[in-house]
Amino acid sequence: MTTTDLAAPAGNGFTGVWRRLRNFDLGDSVAYSITLLAGTGIFILVGVLLVELWLNSRLARHEFGWKFLFTSIWDPIAQHFGALPFLYGTLVTSLLALIIAIPLGLGTAIFLVELVPAWLSDWLAFIIDLLAAVPSVVYGLLGIFVLVPIIRSGVEPFLQSTLGSLPLFQGPAYGFGFLAAGVVLGIMVVPFIVSVSREVLLAVPQEQREAALSLGATQWEAASQVVVPYARSGIFGSIFLALARALGETMAVTMVIGNDPSIHTSLFASGYSIAAVIANEFAEATSTLYIHVLIELGLILFGLTFILNALARLLILATVRRGTVRP
Amino acid sequence: MKQSLCALFLAILAVAGCSSKTGQSSESTSQSVRLTGAGSTFVYPIMTQWISQFQSAHAGMQINYQSIGSGGGIQQVKAGLVDFGASDAALDDKQLASMQPMIQIPESAGPVCITYNLPELKQPLRLTAAALSGIYLGTIKNWRDPAIAHSNPGVTLPNKTIIVVHRSEGSGTTNIFTTYLSTVNATWAKNVGQGIAVNWPAPGSLGGKGSEGVTGIVKQSEGSIGYTELNYATNNHLPVAMIENKAGKWVTPTSAGATAAIAAFTDALAKDVRTPIVDPPASAPDAYPISGFTFLLIPKDGANKSNREALKAFVQFIITTGQDQADSLDYSKLPDSVIQLDGTLIGQMTAAGQPLQ
Repeated sequence: MTTTDLAAPAGNGFTGVWRRLRNFDLGDSVAYSITLLAGTGIFILVGVLLVELWLNSRLARHEFGWKFLFTSIWDPIAQHFGALPFLYGTLVTSLLALIIAIPLGLGTAIFLVELVPAWLSDWLAFIIDLLAAVPSVVYGLLGIFVLVPIIRSGVEPFLQSTLGSLPLFQGPAYGFGFLAAGVVLGIMVVPFIVSVSREVLLAVPQEQREAALSLGATQWEAASQVVVPYARSGIFGSIFLALARALGETMAVTMVIGNDPSIHTSLFASGYSIAAVIANEFAEATSTLYIHVLIELGLILFGLTFILNALARLLILATVRRGTVRP
Repeated sequence: MKQSLCALFLAILAVAGCSSKTGQSSESTSQSVRLTGAGSTFVYPIMTQWISQFQSAHAGMQINYQSIGSGGGIQQVKAGLVDFGASDAALDDKQLASMQPMIQIPESAGPVCITYNLPELKQPLRLTAAALSGIYLGTIKNWRDPAIAHSNPGVTLPNKTIIVVHRSEGSGTTNIFTTYLSTVNATWAKNVGQGIAVNWPAPGSLGGKGSEGVTGIVKQSEGSIGYTELNYATNNHLPVAMIENKAGKWVTPTSAGATAAIAAFTDALAKDVRTPIVDPPASAPDAYPISGFTFLLIPKDGANKSNREALKAFVQFIITTGQDQADSLDYSKLPDSVIQLDGTLIGQMTAAGQPLQ
């Protein structure tokens, strides 16, 4: 009796703890902690990034202030720095990239979803996804060896002879410059637009198409007036993903933009972008002010991306209507 | 919930603790001497040769060189993260004042050549100092300009706009080239200056990333002109221009031409190793006027005696036996006078305040 008396509470205790553990559901709470850590980690990372950029650009911020954004001198010897040519180059090339990539990407996505048999569509989509995985330096090489010669001897003379009265298409044709950078960026971001837009278009219910067709719409009318508006929000999402990629692209841009920190209206002229100048000059920047200036440029790029993304959200909010597919 | 979080943190701490322990033990067991260096990408090809040769001659020696750029090398040696740095531009007084005492040792030199794309030309282009600086200043815009035509008699130059190409990123090559332009042209010295990155005055000039970027643009664009290290031009079979030196001779860039230029500055270098070796006096008729040193940056003092001795032996190797490799990689050999000078500089190295053997 005494032995069982002694053993009983011990047994109860053990199974009790075990039961409590089971009820507590260790697996769920571990999973919860891990995902919580991962989630907060992202916020911490963004915070650390901002703080680091802010602290390590203090010399530049004190020296130049807001004037930095509106100055176009870049003279590392005299230590005069201004961000304007880089801001300009970044915005112009990204805008150019979107002008090229949106019709191309959206057209491809519509083609893949609406006009091609599903098996072929999957294969083509796979190949387009592969394009997104090509390293940017490869696109840069493609730019230097293929696109730049074509642009110099074909595209630029053509634009000059047809639209030469516009200030956008004047001056000597070097090949290297805003136009080349915009075209390379455009090619680079097309896969993002195609890939995401295709997914969103595929998510549009078949009934929507059938309804449009049954009302007498042609296939194109159904696609352009029913399916695309239905997926509008997701398509915007793909475009802003592409814009984000274009803004931050470094290697391919620096290889074809001409790397000249000056502002020209002509797209034929050479320019510079924020990401390119940071990559080019950071390794050899010797003075502390110089380094802080480059880090401030990073901060500006961060801010620019943030502002454009916020605008994108607003745009989506403003245009989203009931019945559209959210990305 | 709280308990599991605690458990997780404990687990992380435990893992972190273990890894730091293993790190310590691996360090204490390694008996070999390890040296790290960082800096110039320009010296990287020859530095790897030197390291592999030196390591095969000295068992247990491990040298690691990170070619992260001169600026990075300066930062790292300043922060004491590496045993030596390598920079294409010498440190100026202001930089030196902000660091622990440093020894700067010129360890190899190289000519910077002017390359161009003029398919019409059958013989090397000849450029005077005035023509070259005019082109880069943007005052000479066309290949038919009299300043160029005058020194190329009997040659029909194309009626084309000159496309000026330069390095887009900070680079020792740019430092050498702009030092030359500042020396030979007062306007350049006043308006632009010299350095690893400058504000290029020629309108519409193109920047190429890296030497391969510059040679790439020059190869692609008819009517362009650029500057690059000699080995890039020879490897890419690009034409190089002959430059007129102070003696009035037309000189093709060669490693020997750079060595001759260094030798012409022996006295000045003995006073200050940072003396630019561009535009040498007329007493050196074979000297190529656009060349420059790269420097090793070594802290004067260091705590670890065996490390310091190993470093001294390595630098000694570089400036003596190592120089034989220079020519094959298109770097210029140091002349004897500079090797002697380097020898005295190395003698200043100490470990914990005590001079080394």
